[in-house]
Amino acid sequence: MSGATLLPAVGLAAGLAATIGAALGWAASRLRPDADPLVERIDALLPQTQCGQCRYPGCRPYAEAIATGTADIDRCPPGGEATVRALAALLGREPRPVDPQFGRTKPRQVAVIDEERCIGCALCLPACPVDAIVGAPRFMHTVIEAQCTGCELCLPPCPVDCIELRPPADLPG
Amino acid sequence: MSSRPALPHGLRLDARKTAPLQHPLHAAPAPHVAVIALDQGSGEAAEPTVAAGTRVGIGTPIARAVGEAAANLHSPVAGVVVEVATRATVAGVGRCILVENDATDARDPALVPVDWRTLDGVALLHRLRDAGVAGLGGAAFPAAGKLALARASAVAHLVLNGAECEPWICCDDALMREHAADVVLGGQVMLAACGATRCTIAIEDDKPEAAAAIAAAIATAQDDRFELVELPAIYPLGAERQLIEAVTGREVPHDALPPAIGVVCQNVGTAAAVARFVGTGEPVVSRIVTVTGSGVACPGNLEVRIGTPIAELIAACGGYQDDPARLIVGGAMTGQSLSSDLVPTTKGVNCIVAATLADLAIRDPEMPCIRCGDCASACPARLLPQQLHRAAQADDRDALARLGLADCIECGCCDYVCPSQIPLTARFHAARLRMRLHDAERQRAAEARERFERHERRLAEQAEAERLAFEAARRRARGAGPT
Repeated sequence: MSGATLLPAVGLAAGLAATIGAALGWAASRLRPDADPLVERIDALLPQTQCGQCRYPGCRPYAEAIATGTADIDRCPPGGEATVRALAALLGREPRPVDPQFGRTKPRQVAVIDEERCIGCALCLPACPVDAIVGAPRFMHTVIEAQCTGCELCLPPCPVDCIELRPPADLPG
Repeated sequence: MSSRPALPHGLRLDARKTAPLQHPLHAAPAPHVAVIALDQGSGEAAEPTVAAGTRVGIGTPIARAVGEAAANLHSPVAGVVVEVATRATVAGVGRCILVENDATDARDPALVPVDWRTLDGVALLHRLRDAGVAGLGGAAFPAAGKLALARASAVAHLVLNGAECEPWICCDDALMREHAADVVLGGQVMLAACGATRCTIAIEDDKPEAAAAIAAAIATAQDDRFELVELPAIYPLGAERQLIEAVTGREVPHDALPPAIGVVCQNVGTAAAVARFVGTGEPVVSRIVTVTGSGVACPGNLEVRIGTPIAELIAACGGYQDDPARLIVGGAMTGQSLSSDLVPTTKGVNCIVAATLADLAIRDPEMPCIRCGDCASACPARLLPQQLHRAAQADDRDALARLGLADCIECGCCDYVCPSQIPLTARFHAARLRMRLHDAERQRAAEARERFERHERRLAEQAEAERLAFEAARRRARGAGPT
């Protein structure tokens, strides 16, 4: 085969390689998949209480741990049996009870600040993972009931123990 | 008059409507204390605009609607507001405005007739909204909202629903027999409000007197935009989507509202209320209620002030007899049992049935599904109740959504025909509530996730800002340096 007949073929191959390479490069930057879809799907099944009872700092880190296989699916007390079942169905595993060492499953609850006793120290404000507490130093604080997930993380920082958990007034229905 | 293709599905039922229609429509005595529930059965509870001690006349506004799915409320009696308190209602328990009746029946002096022919459609819609005109067929959805959507969608066809397909209920029949002219006038006002160009009044063919009265009223009005259509008496032809299909031959898409196919539907009772409003300025403070069943001495159709306790309606019909076993509000198929007769009438109460054991179909114990498919042949929404039931039992949300649980109108036809006595409608209703709870929970979780992410981001930004500030300070300290 002579160089004259080979040349167009080589040119065509080189052109194709350049075009496809450019297209793939563009697609990789513009059409990037959103993070890890498995983590997203696991996260979507978690109750988003952000309570950390699973020993991970929030629902998404726990979802990542489940996805990588470092944590089992039985660590979420707020989600309870329903969440374990949903996770088991998603991941093709056997459902099992929530491991009691991570806590008990309770009915939905919300934090309520006893406004008589609140001293306005503002320590609970950064503790709330969903910014559901309104207040400022030396002013009374209050919890926005609709946004409270009942995670109990505001209880330990309170120096006067003026926060308690109650069943929500607005049972959805 | 013309006849149209009827429903493919549905049932022919024993209507049991003759007894209340033996007597002419008459007014029930006004209550000594009117109890107006802030939740009238549609949308959120209204916000009271009066307090204890406020003097009101008939038609004085007493509560403002919250949201688009509820209507304003007006006092049905003249007197003094006693209190706003929690009382048993048709819906369970809810806040009510109690107005003590001073028996003068003085109307609010601000009520004046509406010169609707000179008003443009939008202004008319505002007036109807202010007057609290709600769907008197039973749903109590504000008529102005539906008509406004129709206007925005340039709907051409108004259907007035006089089908009244459910056994026992005959308040619309009585209304059309005696106030046919009001129905036509109300239709004319609604046409002006929504911009439609023609109006069909649909009546089932088991109401020849009502149809004759409406035909005469149309002839008197000499309005060629009006047309009377008689439809076969098949339950649930009076359901909005089913009626529109029977009248126009076109199906409302399951994920759209009737204006999507150029139709808006209103009840004939609502039309009569509109006529009354434009004629006298009186907002919706009363409605017609059928009081019937073998457990009541003298069944009849009563003109009732909103807020009258149901016990007083029974008393106005001669009281109880023959030891009624159940008190039902609504009809035989979609009604709900009441635990007390002290609950007040709302705009959505069309019928009270004091049912004796003989009136009630006592079910045999439930048997397993034999997959006969009778339910699918009966379902007017063209669903597959047998498959839905399996999915509901398994709480399989994906399957329920795929099979169209949201399109179930809970008419009860599948229950009625089921040879295994499976309470299908109740199961579907429960499945729907579970779905709604689940959706609310997911919604709350999604909001919590978003707030958590924002919280984390803010903390990270704060930490970064502090680090930068610290480093800048250190650099400054080093730059200044010990000399």
